[in-house]
Amino acid sequence: MKQQLVLSVEGYSKAFSLHEQGTVIPSAKDVNLQVYSASLTALVGPTGAGKSSILKGIYRTYLATSGQLFYTMQSGKRVDLVQADEHTILTLRRNEIGFVTQFLHFLPRQPTELVVAQPLIQRGRPVEEALAVARDMLAAMNLPRRLWSISPATFSGGEKQRVNLARGLVAKPRLLLLDEPTASLDPITCERVLRQIEELKKEGIAMLAIFHQPELVKRIADRVVELEPPLNGQTQLEDIA
Amino acid sequence: MDEVLSVRGLSKRYGQGCPACYELTGPRFETNLCPRCGSVVAAHDVSFSLYQGEILGIMGESGSGKSTAVKCLYFDEPPSAGSAEFFDQGEAYQLFDLNNAQQRRLANQRFGMVYQNPHLGLNFDISAGGNIAERLLMSNVDNYAQIRQRAISLLSRTEVLAERMDEMPRNFSGGMQQRVQIAKALATNPPLLFLDEVTTGLDLSVQAAILDLILEIQQQSRTSMIVVTHDLGVIRLLADRTLVMKYGRVIESGLTDQILEDPQHAYTQRLVASAL
Repeated sequence: MKQQLVLSVEGYSKAFSLHEQGTVIPSAKDVNLQVYSASLTALVGPTGAGKSSILKGIYRTYLATSGQLFYTMQSGKRVDLVQADEHTILTLRRNEIGFVTQFLHFLPRQPTELVVAQPLIQRGRPVEEALAVARDMLAAMNLPRRLWSISPATFSGGEKQRVNLARGLVAKPRLLLLDEPTASLDPITCERVLRQIEELKKEGIAMLAIFHQPELVKRIADRVVELEPPLNGQTQLEDIA
Repeated sequence: MDEVLSVRGLSKRYGQGCPACYELTGPRFETNLCPRCGSVVAAHDVSFSLYQGEILGIMGESGSGKSTAVKCLYFDEPPSAGSAEFFDQGEAYQLFDLNNAQQRRLANQRFGMVYQNPHLGLNFDISAGGNIAERLLMSNVDNYAQIRQRAISLLSRTEVLAERMDEMPRNFSGGMQQRVQIAKALATNPPLLFLDEVTTGLDLSVQAAILDLILEIQQQSRTSMIVVTHDLGVIRLLADRTLVMKYGRVIESGLTDQILEDPQHAYTQRLVASAL
């Protein structure tokens, strides 16, 4: 399959201005990277290097401090995710860009299978059909069947992570962001997740993922981007104002 | 996506007003009381758009102007300045240019309002079913059997026992009164719903049930909603996008997860930090 440029991160920086403390905390600094269809770009580097900040910036959970995030939409149109209006971002989140975060956020009181089916329902798939796809994915993620009909609220870390992955993977977005997808998984489930990721690659999905284990990176990544923590530490807010 | 509502520069001032009112109030001066003339600038220069099926949160503390903005849009209060355009069934309405009869028609048929205080939204002198019937009658549904059937289906949707539809709202618990209010607001299948602190003051379990109901309505009917609240939890659960208001101004707006995880304004940072 021909690989096409899906996302180009150009000079992306993120710093947090904390008003109460009067400080600026730098996170990602001048990051450049590309993500292509049918391939996985791995983000590696020590804690504090701003890996998650990049993913959150792409998803617009964080506002970029500077730089551009050019995303090529399904329609072929190129949009800068830093500048795009909120409704464009919401539409992209629903239809094209998926994010498996480190922690599962879910609507309370919803059964697990419905949590996982949600991205499909939001795109207009009939509920029963979406639930069937969700159950298949939960099985693939090795989550015990008895847990499917209850809320993930009481699940263990590893169980929540499987739900999180299942929800991210059923959506089959064009661009999938993964923040340490295998962090709290046992080896068997980890292997299943890697196979799913390989499957998604074959289907043409572009992925940007944070990994810590070098052996995983070696196996699954087509490109590796290594990040360094910002050299200068925090500064006073007024210094840069 | 289709735009349902476009609000531009909405302002509401109580008092005689003077040219300095807007310049000398707001977050920068930490007041919404004009120091020159004593007028209260309840809301100033509020602008936003709302799309079909979207829930917009307006967050802020008491006196921030969040309810005032919604009350102007529902015609409870006339605005001092600004415009609001409502797009419905191929028509565009300049809300503040309409005459009273036109405004009443929209409020009765195309908008729904749920107040924090059920006394504002419900007529306590008539039964729960009667409250719903009243709204349907104003929308020119006048077949008795049809009205009763619709009331039963609305009350069962909001989980109020149909057997109790002939009881007076005062016999109901606070949570039940809110459900009747929501049923009444939904009676005409309005494309736009205003929810003003609807869960404030209710038991946690009742709050949860009401919030679930609101989400269910949004998913099933693609109703656009404006949710006014001081509660970060409600915002997190319901809203796609959020405006943060303080001293009558919008100080920050964005996607809800961005507002909660990467707030820009000092006030929002303090608010989010104190909630977690």
